Amino acid sequence: MVNSKDVVTVGEQPAHITRKKIASILEKVHDPEIPGVSVVDLGMVLDIRPENNHWHIDLAVTYSGCPAIDVIPFLAKAILAEEGFADATIEMVISPPWSTDWISEAGNQKLLAWGIAPPNRKSVKHDFGQPKQCPQCGSTETSLISSYGSTPCKAMYRCDNCHETFDYFKCY
Amino acid sequence: MEPIIKYLLHLADCPLILGQRLGEWCGHGPVLEQDIALTNISLDLIGQSRLIYQHVASLPGQNTDEDTLAMLRYEHEYFNFLLVEQPNKNFGHTIVRQFLYDAFNLLQYELLASHPDEVLKSIAIKTLKEIKYHYRYSSEWMLRLGDGTVTSHEYVQNAVDELWKYTGEMFQPLSYETALLADHDAIDVKSIQPGWDEKISTIFQQAGLNIPKEEVFLSGGKEGKHTENMGYILTELQYMQRTYPSMKW
Repeated sequence: MVNSKDVVTVGEQPAHITRKKIASILEKVHDPEIPGVSVVDLGMVLDIRPENNHWHIDLAVTYSGCPAIDVIPFLAKAILAEEGFADATIEMVISPPWSTDWISEAGNQKLLAWGIAPPNRKSVKHDFGQPKQCPQCGSTETSLISSYGSTPCKAMYRCDNCHETFDYFKCY
Repeated sequence: MEPIIKYLLHLADCPLILGQRLGEWCGHGPVLEQDIALTNISLDLIGQSRLIYQHVASLPGQNTDEDTLAMLRYEHEYFNFLLVEQPNKNFGHTIVRQFLYDAFNLLQYELLASHPDEVLKSIAIKTLKEIKYHYRYSSEWMLRLGDGTVTSHEYVQNAVDELWKYTGEMFQPLSYETALLADHDAIDVKSIQPGWDEKISTIFQQAGLNIPKEEVFLSGGKEGKHTENMGYILTELQYMQRTYPSMKW
């Protein structure tokens, strides 16, 4: 037997419609350190839910000390307000702990296009993996220069073929 | 002050003060790559301390906030290890201090990851990912410098000899920790000493470094009695907050 359920509404719209809309707005919220890659691509959007007739969004904290912890909710609130969700609240949460496994395939492709080798779980020799290939020339021969890069989430590598240096987004 | 508050502040103050010390390397690293490595570790550590300060501030009856806890306490109200407040001196010295701390911190956080307090447990599970990486970084540099040139070896051995006296404090539980042991609200620091000894001796052996024979250790940091260095650190750390009150970090 199927029970009929009332459609949950927030404001004038059914919640399931609005939720999709908010998710698409969040695709415009980019990591300030990695332009072009959104919080959706990075797998940071954990939950979008109605609470007391307004919307509440849980975003995952990436690195504990990442300066974007304060910048991202600030950007998200501004973009949501522009789209008519001025009263949406955003919470940065640490549990469940964010993982680079949550970065979408599209996100990985965007990182690559930006010159950053995406996290590579398949070649785990160390717990943070190593780049599958050089984002410039595609060579699989690469060497670690430094285990930290311009941000905590990256390491610095050099391609042994084209000799360009590049960032690798470490497995986390 | 309740034992649990003192304990949480102790847990937060160690990464805050070490993070502040590492931050002093910004623009002064031996090479660009290591300059940004040390400051990235600093970011992680300060971020970890912040999570714990936020937790403390949220507990019933605390009536404070993360900024006040981090930036406005007096010297005797900080409960960090003496080890983490020691000056940077040179890159080798900084690496030794980091390695001695990371080896402890890694073992400590493996235990905190099953803490009965759900918030502290979540913080531990999350930050353990970063702490493992710090340990990896500092232990690799111990090998490279210890087993490197005559000069690099001398620098790190001197740093080991100088910093060793601050390591004993890490394994001496204070009354606020023993009071929490029964309910597992604090970890038993004595229980992680064998694991720490093993990590240290493995790396030291590979790096060709000697473990000092001395058995006399300095302590006091965990109860707010600091070395002369602490005042200088706090002067810099708190400058902005005291000059322009009520700032948010």
